Amino acid sequence: MEAIRYRIKVGALNEIPEKLGKTVKIGAHEIAIFRLANGEIRAIENRCPHKGGVLAEGMVSGEHVFCPMHDWKINLKDGKVQAPDIGCVKTYKTELQDGEVIVIL
Amino acid sequence: MTKQKLVLIGNGMAGVRCIEEIIKLEPDMFEIAIFGSEPHPNYDRIQLSKVLQGDTSIKDITINDWEWYEKNQILLYPGETVVSIQADEQFIITSKGRQVQYDKLIIATGSLPIMLPIPGADKEGITAFRDIKDCEKMLEYSKSHKKAAVIGGGLLGLEAARGLLNLGMEVSVIHLGDCLMERQLDKTAGQMLQKELEQQGMNFYLEKQTKEIFGGEKVEGLRFSDGEEIAADLVVMAVGIRPNIQLAKDSGIPVNRGILVNDWLETEVPNVYAVGECAEHREIVYGLVAPLYEQGKVLAKRICGQEASPYTGSTVSTKLKVSGVDVFSAGDIFGNEQVKTMMAYDDYSRTYKKILIKDGKMIGAVLFGDTSEGNRLLALIKKGADILEYTESGKSEQTGGSLVASMADEEIICGCNGVTKGAIVNAIQTQGLTTVEQVKGCTSASRSCGGCKSLVADLLEYTLGDQYNSTEQKEPICSCTTLSRDEVIQEIRDKGLTHTREVMNVLGWETEDGCSKCRPALNYYLGMMNPVRYKDERDSRFVNERLHANIQKDGTYSVVPRMYGGVTNVDELRRIADVAEKYDVPLIKLTGGQRIDLVGVKKEDLPKVWSELDMPSGYAYGKSLRTVKTCVGESFCRFGTQDSITMGIRMEKKFERISTPHKVKMAVSACPRNCAESGIKDLGVVGVDGAWEIYVGGNGGTHLRAGDLFCKVKTQEEVLEMTGAYLQYYRETAHYLERTSKWVERLGLDHIKSVLADKETRDSLNERLDEALSVLNDPWQEAIKSGEIQRELYETVKVPVDMKRGG
Repeated sequence: MEAIRYRIKVGALNEIPEKLGKTVKIGAHEIAIFRLANGEIRAIENRCPHKGGVLAEGMVSGEHVFCPMHDWKINLKDGKVQAPDIGCVKTYKTELQDGEVIVIL
Repeated sequence: MTKQKLVLIGNGMAGVRCIEEIIKLEPDMFEIAIFGSEPHPNYDRIQLSKVLQGDTSIKDITINDWEWYEKNQILLYPGETVVSIQADEQFIITSKGRQVQYDKLIIATGSLPIMLPIPGADKEGITAFRDIKDCEKMLEYSKSHKKAAVIGGGLLGLEAARGLLNLGMEVSVIHLGDCLMERQLDKTAGQMLQKELEQQGMNFYLEKQTKEIFGGEKVEGLRFSDGEEIAADLVVMAVGIRPNIQLAKDSGIPVNRGILVNDWLETEVPNVYAVGECAEHREIVYGLVAPLYEQGKVLAKRICGQEASPYTGSTVSTKLKVSGVDVFSAGDIFGNEQVKTMMAYDDYSRTYKKILIKDGKMIGAVLFGDTSEGNRLLALIKKGADILEYTESGKSEQTGGSLVASMADEEIICGCNGVTKGAIVNAIQTQGLTTVEQVKGCTSASRSCGGCKSLVADLLEYTLGDQYNSTEQKEPICSCTTLSRDEVIQEIRDKGLTHTREVMNVLGWETEDGCSKCRPALNYYLGMMNPVRYKDERDSRFVNERLHANIQKDGTYSVVPRMYGGVTNVDELRRIADVAEKYDVPLIKLTGGQRIDLVGVKKEDLPKVWSELDMPSGYAYGKSLRTVKTCVGESFCRFGTQDSITMGIRMEKKFERISTPHKVKMAVSACPRNCAESGIKDLGVVGVDGAWEIYVGGNGGTHLRAGDLFCKVKTQEEVLEMTGAYLQYYRETAHYLERTSKWVERLGLDHIKSVLADKETRDSLNERLDEALSVLNDPWQEAIKSGEIQRELYETVKVPVDMKRGG
């Protein structure tokens, strides 16, 4: 069966500050959007699997975000928590369309 | 060929070290089983005092983790005690009824703490200080009890006492003798130690014999033989240890004080060996780790059937370091008529050195205060060196390098882990090691007490010659680089680097964009060095400092407006109340720094809350000046001798917003009653009649530390001048995230005093501080005024639920 996919506009690319996260609430979903130093956009669930820290406020380094609560390191591409900690965060696909950032739910 | 069966009784440091040696020599010769009564893998008992002092966790002191046993195919039976040895038929029986055959048996049952058999010794709240269980008990007690009594003023007792002091207990040490640590120290050093520890807050009861422990079910106190009583909720017995020989004795293995062994560590029963604290060799039972490791080496060779030189006994040395007190003792320190001594006593810097000489040879030494010569003296005493060798080498300033050059290959460098000079040199040569850290990783040398670090560095220098670079020995700032803080700063200066990304690129960072350790550190250093031109990188700030509020566990924030000197007024209180009501603030709480905390504010409300409060940020989130706590002072208090409120407000207004390596707390009290707690602040001021005392390096947090008196000045202006210079010197020389309490200890109080004693230096420090202060603005005002900041940092994008179907 074909899954229903929603494409949600969350704002203009140039409104998302570089190397910082943005909190986006879509209904019950809370998503952290990041604009990396190389210009790419990433979207992950805004909850650290450790103690629910808001990842949008974490420090972004390269492809990773460090959770602001206890410094867990999470890969923004696949959502995997980096060693020595373990766990995984949900990731979302994103697209750019006419300068607008689109998250695919 | 079938493997021989080797059984080790006792899963402690000596026995397991011997097994390590055996595996090194003959990895496939034995099938090994180890029985240990404790439910832990082998751990470093020496470090228990560090666990108690709160610096280290139990996990950190594990020497061989579970994986090690598995990897070496050793069958470990933790929590299982051997109850009988059937030497005739060569098998053992355990507490669980298990019978295990052996070809070779090593007994390494260690020792047991001596528990005084006095009335009341069975009450609740009495413990030894020997294993993890004891340690946990003390940690537990310290949470709910106040008074601790330690019976025994020896090495172990004092370490326990210091640990309990760190845990916030009031500690009394009861000692039978008239002098502390009398087995290792002479009277002079013992008394110096006592004085030092008294200053740290320990109480001593010397020449007291504990006759009874009184109380109900629980301990309530001690009674001495002279009738004196003291109160105690926790009693630690640290009067000594005795070799644990019951099993050997019951099994018919000859014992005296310990299990009798010859120079090959063989007992008098075939195929049964003993090693460590339970063994008695040439009438001596050793209780320190270095000799036990030496024994283990000899035994390992013997068991593997290899040729070994016999064990002929050890020269013991002790190094004690409790909270800044360095003590060293080696060899024979008591002497008699034929023994001559060389002594140096420095009352001013509180150091003491005594060397004992017999027939021209060095036989023992005691050091107090400065133990840097310890390793060298130990090496000389071990080889029975002529005293001339020591005195002459002193004249020609013999370097550590030539000392290690003169050592034989089999001489032990690291006493804790039994690593020889030969092993270290070999590792350096064959594995291309260049730093002390690498040597530590490969050979375990300096892994435990760290006392031999300088010798290891000397060995590196001696082995590598010109290739050795002593600056590499520093700790790198994070795993992205091998450069230390000082090197990075030097490079930034030399190359004129201006932002974090550039530092990382030019200095060859191993990661593309740094990590959460180096980014904030670099951001701080760059800003500190170039306050006017450097643009602070908000993406290199932790969330609290980026958003200027403290994040809470649910993602809301807390807001603490500044109240200079802890003084407020009706208007402010009214505004705070209005804001709290309007924004549904769930918790209003007074902070420890005399202000009001609004906890649970939503991120998107922050700019509005600040605007309506119309007060400056209190920087409760920052690595910056937090508060200047003050007492009421002379205008109202009947004891006050100075105007502490005005002084505090002036300090807070002058130094607020400055970025520092870690948070900085200050206080001003108007008299030595110290109601503002000036003694546990990074910088605390205490008013006395006609003057101000300045205390530095205090800490009321994780690592409790009383501040040291820094200087005494007359006027408020002088307080500001000294504080400014001190703060700037801390900004310029501390590692990022190093509190002043640690910084003062690292640099040394006397060093800082001597730097700041110079008026010119103070002036230029203050100039640089003023420059840094001149460009700072209230961050809340900045956010209120800037739509861009509000949009980028505080806004949350909300998309309604009835989302459009994309396509």
